[in-house]
Amino acid sequence: MGVVTPEIVKHVAHLARMRVEGEALTQLAAQLDEILDYVRKLQAVATDGIEPTSHVLPLTNVQRPDAPRPSLDPGTVVALAPARSGPFLSVPKVLEA
Amino acid sequence: MTCEIIIGLEVHVQLRTNTKLFCGCAARFGAPPNSQTCPVCLGLPGALPVLNEQALAWGIRVGLALDCTVAPLMKFDRKHYFYPDLPKNFQISQYDRPLASNGHVDLEGEGATKRIRIRRVHLEEDAGKLLHETGQPVSFVDMNRTGVPLLEIVSEPDLRTSEDAYQYLVELKALLQYLDVSTCNMEEGSLRCDTNISLRPAGQETLGVKVEVKNLNSFRAVKQALEFEAGRQGALLSRGERILQETRLWNAHSLQTDSMRSKEEAADYRYFPEPDLVPFTIEAAAVEQIRRKLPELPAQRRLRYQQTYQLSAYDAQVLVQQRALAELFEGAVRLGAKPKPVANWIMGGFMAYLNAKRLEPESLQVQPEWVVHLIELVDGGTLSGTMAKEVFLAMLERRVDPAELVREGGLRQISDAQTLERIAHEVLEQHPKSAEDYAKGKANALMFLVGQAMKRSSGKANPQQMTEILKRKVGEKRA
Repeated sequence: MGVVTPEIVKHVAHLARMRVEGEALTQLAAQLDEILDYVRKLQAVATDGIEPTSHVLPLTNVQRPDAPRPSLDPGTVVALAPARSGPFLSVPKVLEA
Repeated sequence: MTCEIIIGLEVHVQLRTNTKLFCGCAARFGAPPNSQTCPVCLGLPGALPVLNEQALAWGIRVGLALDCTVAPLMKFDRKHYFYPDLPKNFQISQYDRPLASNGHVDLEGEGATKRIRIRRVHLEEDAGKLLHETGQPVSFVDMNRTGVPLLEIVSEPDLRTSEDAYQYLVELKALLQYLDVSTCNMEEGSLRCDTNISLRPAGQETLGVKVEVKNLNSFRAVKQALEFEAGRQGALLSRGERILQETRLWNAHSLQTDSMRSKEEAADYRYFPEPDLVPFTIEAAAVEQIRRKLPELPAQRRLRYQQTYQLSAYDAQVLVQQRALAELFEGAVRLGAKPKPVANWIMGGFMAYLNAKRLEPESLQVQPEWVVHLIELVDGGTLSGTMAKEVFLAMLERRVDPAELVREGGLRQISDAQTLERIAHEVLEQHPKSAEDYAKGKANALMFLVGQAMKRSSGKANPQQMTEILKRKVGEKRA
């Protein structure tokens, strides 16, 4: 089939901020193609007259009341980050402009 | 080449719910950094978001007030992008099934109403807050805001001038205040605005290339940025150059827009349905119930103020556009004050004070009875016009009832004849030339003498009485 080209893999990898280079590009393109082929079997199913759906669970309108619940301890949260500074998480400088 | 300016606005308003959109963390502004987070809003593995029913109800409320159609079926989608303030690497938003669509805001103009169509209103979660300190190689992240409910309100490109845009924002803010769904505090970021602007030669049907302008921290900034951008684009077009489709940032110091480093690629958000949130059906009956509970909205209130209180269209417009002002006005009138003097105090001294101090009216917590007392003190002759202004100012500064101020501060007007006679005598002694001028028929000279007397009494002399005394004294001297 060959729908997924190495260029597409590169583009998607970039969007996901993953570094994929060289051999891996062709390899992944072939593998993704196989997956798409598998999913393509669904095309054979007659779907005329069936509403598109975004969800398969027989559930709608799951809501909760607007009542506060305890949050995590700030120390625990900040400790999850690879870098921190006082009560803040710390990240490489983001220039706003 | 004459160009038509085409403007569309995107407004993000933070709903003032107790908790976040999809978790039970408090959504309070100003809490210690990173003290209001949990596995859901941090996007930790296995966490499951559940919609806040209050946010949905308020979203519907806003949709209805904007005369939108509320969707019978609504769903959430993931919008993907990478930024340090977005821990999940996607934002839960709404893509093809927004909460409400096809509404409008009407702008009152001179004689005509401009209708600005609303394309859509949807719910989404806010991102965290980044703090930058100059000289530091890092930025700091506070995740408290992550997941706070936002309502995005998108207009159609129906705005034609920067003034339109300003008026639209004022009207929208008023509407949101009356609906009581947001603090609408721009400084705290609970009301934010981005704008799209393009130019096209007059008469042309198709739209020109549009530029998005961000970093607009006030309604005034929106107006200034749009004016700058219209000028910039107009100049490019008249030189035969092309407009680049891009995002630009408003710089409030240099008063211009700067190109954001153009992204390597156009935004590709890869929207897909949020698998962790099931769809929502919104029953017509539930919508009707919310509609029945809509409060009086700005447009209706303006009309009522004109009809019930005989205010001019302008006065009604100014008072109604900020809910706190309207409530102060109406509170005072309900306590028995005459509408016009109340409107004058609010639109005059009060608004001037707010503008000078850059304050929001609700921050002063002025009580309606204070305004009533002030007017009574003037009407009853206890305060002269000048003194009333001073008392009014003191009332705003100290947040105290004017009646109280008069009692405690000796601000009572001097109407005691003996004291007034003495002051008049001193003034005439000191300014014989003016006394003579008045005697010769110069009316201005009398004004001057009264002014001196008022000054001498620190504004406390009863001006009517003083005028009479001075007239009489000059007359006596002559005779």
